[in-house]
Amino acid sequence: MTSTGAGAAAIVVDDIRKSYGDLKAVDGVSFTVGHGEFFGILGPNGAGKTTALEIMEGLREPDSGSVRLLGESPFPRKPALLPRIGVQLQASAFFDRLTAREQLETFSALYGVGAGRVDEMLELVGLTEKAGTREDKLSGGQRQRLSIACALAHDPDVVFLDEPTAALDPQARRNLWDVLRVIRERGKTIVYTTHYLDEAEILCDRVAIMDQGRVLAMDTPTALVRGLDAPTRITLERGTLTAADAAGLPGADEVGEDEQSLVLTTRTPAPLLAALAERGTLDGLQVRTATLEDVFLQLTGREYRA
Amino acid sequence: MTAFKSLAKAMAKGLVRDKTTLFFSFLFPLMFLVVFGLLFRDAGMDKIKLGAYGDGEVVVALERTGAVEVQRFDKLDDGVAKVRAGDLPGLVEVNGDRVVLHFAASNQAQAGTVQGLVSGVTQSLNVRASGRPPKFDFTAQQVEDSSLKPIQYLTPGILSWSIAVGAVFSAGMTLVTWRRKQVLRRLRLAPVSPVTVLSSRVLVTVTVAVSQALLFTGVASLPVFGLRLSGTWYLAIPIFLLGVLAFFSIGMLVGAFCKTEEAATAAANIVTLPMAFLSGTFFPIDMAPSWLRAVSKVFPLRHMNDGLTDVMVRGKGVEALLVPCGVLLGFILVVSFIATRVFSWEDS
Ligand SMILES: Nc1ncnc2c1ncn2[C@@H]1O[C@H](COP(=O)(O)OP(=O)(O)OP(=O)(O)O)[C@@H](O)[C@H]1O
Ligand SMILES: [Mg+2]
Repeated sequence: MTSTGAGAAAIVVDDIRKSYGDLKAVDGVSFTVGHGEFFGILGPNGAGKTTALEIMEGLREPDSGSVRLLGESPFPRKPALLPRIGVQLQASAFFDRLTAREQLETFSALYGVGAGRVDEMLELVGLTEKAGTREDKLSGGQRQRLSIACALAHDPDVVFLDEPTAALDPQARRNLWDVLRVIRERGKTIVYTTHYLDEAEILCDRVAIMDQGRVLAMDTPTALVRGLDAPTRITLERGTLTAADAAGLPGADEVGEDEQSLVLTTRTPAPLLAALAERGTLDGLQVRTATLEDVFLQLTGREYRA
Repeated sequence: MTAFKSLAKAMAKGLVRDKTTLFFSFLFPLMFLVVFGLLFRDAGMDKIKLGAYGDGEVVVALERTGAVEVQRFDKLDDGVAKVRAGDLPGLVEVNGDRVVLHFAASNQAQAGTVQGLVSGVTQSLNVRASGRPPKFDFTAQQVEDSSLKPIQYLTPGILSWSIAVGAVFSAGMTLVTWRRKQVLRRLRLAPVSPVTVLSSRVLVTVTVAVSQALLFTGVASLPVFGLRLSGTWYLAIPIFLLGVLAFFSIGMLVGAFCKTEEAATAAANIVTLPMAFLSGTFFPIDMAPSWLRAVSKVFPLRHMNDGLTDVMVRGKGVEALLVPCGVLLGFILVVSFIATRVFSWEDS
């Protein structure tokens, strides 16, 4: 592997393991993240996401296995590597009693960059109006966004974000997705962890689904869902169609009924939807294809609980 | 801006916005200084008063001893009446070469002192008048401690105490809060060296200590309190700086050991409180029993306090720096070495 050539992977993780006593927090994880890739690590609480991320950042030493970050081992601490990575820790780390702007100025100075990008960063995460507000007076979501801005202030090549969308309201979450997309478009490599499978499906080039220290599956979200070979479920309002009629439609594999709705299961949604359209029963119709949540359910045999 | 400057600025801003710390660093010690300063203002400066009628060499010499406060009377009877009323222990009547001391035997102790003083002065004038060199050489030497006005030992005492408390608490708290709030880990992921972080913290602590010194000596020098700095006060600078560093390193040790703010507060109190009481902050340690004085020698605060008092108000020279500076330097080296051993970047 060449050191930091453009073609080389940004991060190579090779069979890392980390135990705390008997608990195997990370238990043999390997993957490669390419330059400019948006890589998501998904999993429930305690899956080992943060531990894996911190080993990649060089904050923790793995018990075994290795990490190459931009061609170098991040542990022990490599000061030359640090300006090239940006990190948002799961708990936001701020200086006491400083305003949003002062936090950004201080972090910029730590990396030897001027305060020139501070306004741009505030704008990027939508905190321009809160620039003069002290960190302890910001809401949880605002702190989260400030923390991300602090991670980006020195324009790093690789960005590690640990649950950046936790504690955000739906609107703020969507705004943050835009921020993450912007960073991605600037050619940055992003590794991020999340509990939200739907979000990962939208944002990530590739995701790794982790549980109990292991990677259960890793691929593009589409490939993971497709690999599931799960049927599409079409839900109609009850009364628009009788169960018997529905069963006779082209492509309808199964028909189920409850008090409010009629559910058709199909592996060929196109002809079935066309037939439903012909009958004029599209009002209130819902189509639900498989999601990462189904992937998780299938992999673990458990319902996904974030 | 460099990492060093911006870190120092960030910490300074955080400090200025922290009302509690400001109170305990500046206002609280100042309250002690003002209260004790006013309370003890007149103690230790009670000079014996002496009435005088007439003028001449003897009265001038008496005034020059500095041991008595001479109050002159134009009428002999007025003065004698005062002596009789017990307002004055004695009155010197000078009439040409005749010196008469009127005294009230009711106030024996003072009358005795006054008699001794007046006769001593008169005799030495006699010797001088005889033109012969005195056979016995006599020098009176005051024991300095009892001559110190309270403000003279209160100021260095309260100054070193407040610096100690400020440095221990701020250094310890910074470390604990930064570790708990993950700032330490975040700094570890930034390209700044631990030396930069540490030295910027030291700069802030030293700045606070200098402000404390200016404030307290400034207030104590007001006429109401009457602090008089000796000519060698600048020798206090090395003791002062080493003292700040010694307590800073103790704070680092506290912060390295403790995982929570509560634990750090308790530990800092356990370290600073006994020192404050046994190092001569509020009363001169010479008044304590000898075993306690011996015990207090293990405290860096005692040495800082002694050193500062010696050079700031007692007017001692460079040789007075040796012991305090040596002890404080030793403390700095040993304590910061232990602190680096127990230090950890994160909670677990
Ligand atoms: N410092 C530590 N000491 C002991 N156990 C730890 C430590 N850090 C993590 N663990 C344990 O390791 C496991 C993985 O933790 P980790 O923080 O990596 O999970 P996570 O996937 O990030 O969870 P979350 O979604 O809650 O953030 C957990 O069971 C946790 O209790
Ligand atoms: Mg986590």
